[in-house]
Amino acid sequence: MTTQTPLAIEATGLVKSFGETRAVDGVDLAVRTGSVYGVLGPNGAGKTTTIRMLATLLRPDAGEARVLGHDIVTEDDAVRSVVSLTGQLASVDEDLTGRENLILLGRLLGLRRPEAKARAGELLEAFGLADAAGRLVKNYSGGMRRRLDIAASIVVTPQVMFLDEPTTGLDPRSRNQVWDIIRALVAEGTTILLCTQYLEEADQLADGIAVIDHGKVIAEGTPGQLKASVGSGALHVRLLDPEQRPEAERILLSELGGVHLEPDPAALSVSCADADRGAEAVAELSRSGIGIADFSLGQPSLDEVFLALTGHPAEEDPVEAEAAAIEEERAA
Amino acid sequence: MRVNPTTTKPKPLADDAALRKALASTARPPRASAVSAALTFGWRGMLKVKHVPEQLLDVTITPVMFVLLFTYLFGGAIAGSTGEYLDYILPGILVMSVLFTTVYSGVALNTDLTRGVVDRFRSLPIWKPAPLVGSLLGDSVRYVLAGTVIIVLGVILGFRPGAGIGGVVAALALVVIFAFGLSWGFMTLGLLLRSPNAVMNAGFMGIFPLTFLSNVFVDPETLPAGLEAFVDVNPISILATASRGLMEGSAEVSDIAIVLGTAALLTAIFAPLTTRLYRRA
Repeated sequence: MTTQTPLAIEATGLVKSFGETRAVDGVDLAVRTGSVYGVLGPNGAGKTTTIRMLATLLRPDAGEARVLGHDIVTEDDAVRSVVSLTGQLASVDEDLTGRENLILLGRLLGLRRPEAKARAGELLEAFGLADAAGRLVKNYSGGMRRRLDIAASIVVTPQVMFLDEPTTGLDPRSRNQVWDIIRALVAEGTTILLCTQYLEEADQLADGIAVIDHGKVIAEGTPGQLKASVGSGALHVRLLDPEQRPEAERILLSELGGVHLEPDPAALSVSCADADRGAEAVAELSRSGIGIADFSLGQPSLDEVFLALTGHPAEEDPVEAEAAAIEEERAA
Repeated sequence: MRVNPTTTKPKPLADDAALRKALASTARPPRASAVSAALTFGWRGMLKVKHVPEQLLDVTITPVMFVLLFTYLFGGAIAGSTGEYLDYILPGILVMSVLFTTVYSGVALNTDLTRGVVDRFRSLPIWKPAPLVGSLLGDSVRYVLAGTVIIVLGVILGFRPGAGIGGVVAALALVVIFAFGLSWGFMTLGLLLRSPNAVMNAGFMGIFPLTFLSNVFVDPETLPAGLEAFVDVNPISILATASRGLMEGSAEVSDIAIVLGTAALLTAIFAPLTTRLYRRA
């Protein structure tokens, strides 16, 4: 059976240009069956173009790719019968109700009318949309629309699912709900390719991550490997009393070395690879009578990973990114 | 502030068991047939009419205005009396109203493209032209509706077609078939232009002169020779003549054949082109 192949998605040297711009410039991907693979990058890095090629919506200019063993160009029809796509704009029909959207897709996927109706009811129930089933989708909130969108993608369970920025523009609660659904899908054996510009999202969900920038994969590995490649983590401490910071600095310096004083007059951080030594240092502060408001010991965030890999932050231009997010929200 | 995610896990959407069941269940059914997929898209078109009934205003109000305007304002001047002109103009207005409606097929397709839902349709394992054929089937229902409004109004105003109901239905069917073919052309336009407004403007820029330079409103005998020659070969004139003939029971088979042939030709050229463009849009 095709699902037995170890790789659900294999892409080599994918290239797609729009006019002068090489949106995707030689992307290789290898995604194990049953895993969540994160494609991480800022706006315009080539994530959406890559996903659209894999979902057979765009034809690559060069390179090749197989989804569950089917070539995306020569066997595009076979690819379409094993994948589903949740696009960046919500891929549901705004002028229909939630229920009608799901019945429509059920019918198009070959379910008979009673089956399509039953399946729609089941999905609306499971995704917490039963109360809104008869309302037009244009009146849904962003979170509801996203949930319907994902429900629409699994009317018939796909073997491979493409999710393009599934939580962009969602509030934290809705975002967590979408994450729960994704985790449940993976638990059922679906392979997921997840495009995101949220580093935390890839960290939370993905087994493997490709970091993509200017159409090229610039790093690849597990979240842990990527973090490790950037170096050690850091201990962050915030004191109750800023007056005690010089003394805390002295203690941390002798315990761990190179202390960094943060803009907050009560906060300091120090690079620290070893959790035990970090805990020891915090205990030492406490023994010396220094009141601690809070502290955290963490691995570097994926934000820091991105900075280390590309030399620029994930969001090159926060104003522009914000504008793009608003634009997207409006369009969605 | 950092919050530990495990303590603030939101309450599940529904119970977890329902979610797992919904995710686990389906085996893939056999592929939908081409006919079933197209009909499903036709159903989508009907649902839109149900939810946005205002859409029907342009296919009902406009034809009513045209009938009243032409019959009472120009009727006396053109044909001597409003009654006589009604017999001439009514089949013509039927043609014009339905053909004007075809522009909206292109506008609606262009509007669809600005939304994400087309990506989903295009990533489904279905007969490729199904979304397009389906929306035309839905539009055909609108054409029939627009045509019916005109005919009913005509009868109220005193229009008495010689071939009775059978002739009227045959004329309406012929007009709708021609509209189906012409719609493919506007759908191609809908995929080539950037905005719904541009499609609307370009569409009417084409259909408006073609309709007026036909025998829909006036007998072409009074026209300058060059213009008359054009009007005589304009497929819209032939369609109007055939419709009048069917309603009066005096239709020429050759006219009907030309209309059907033109519809088939338009479909043969623009249906594959539209499908191709739709796949790549």
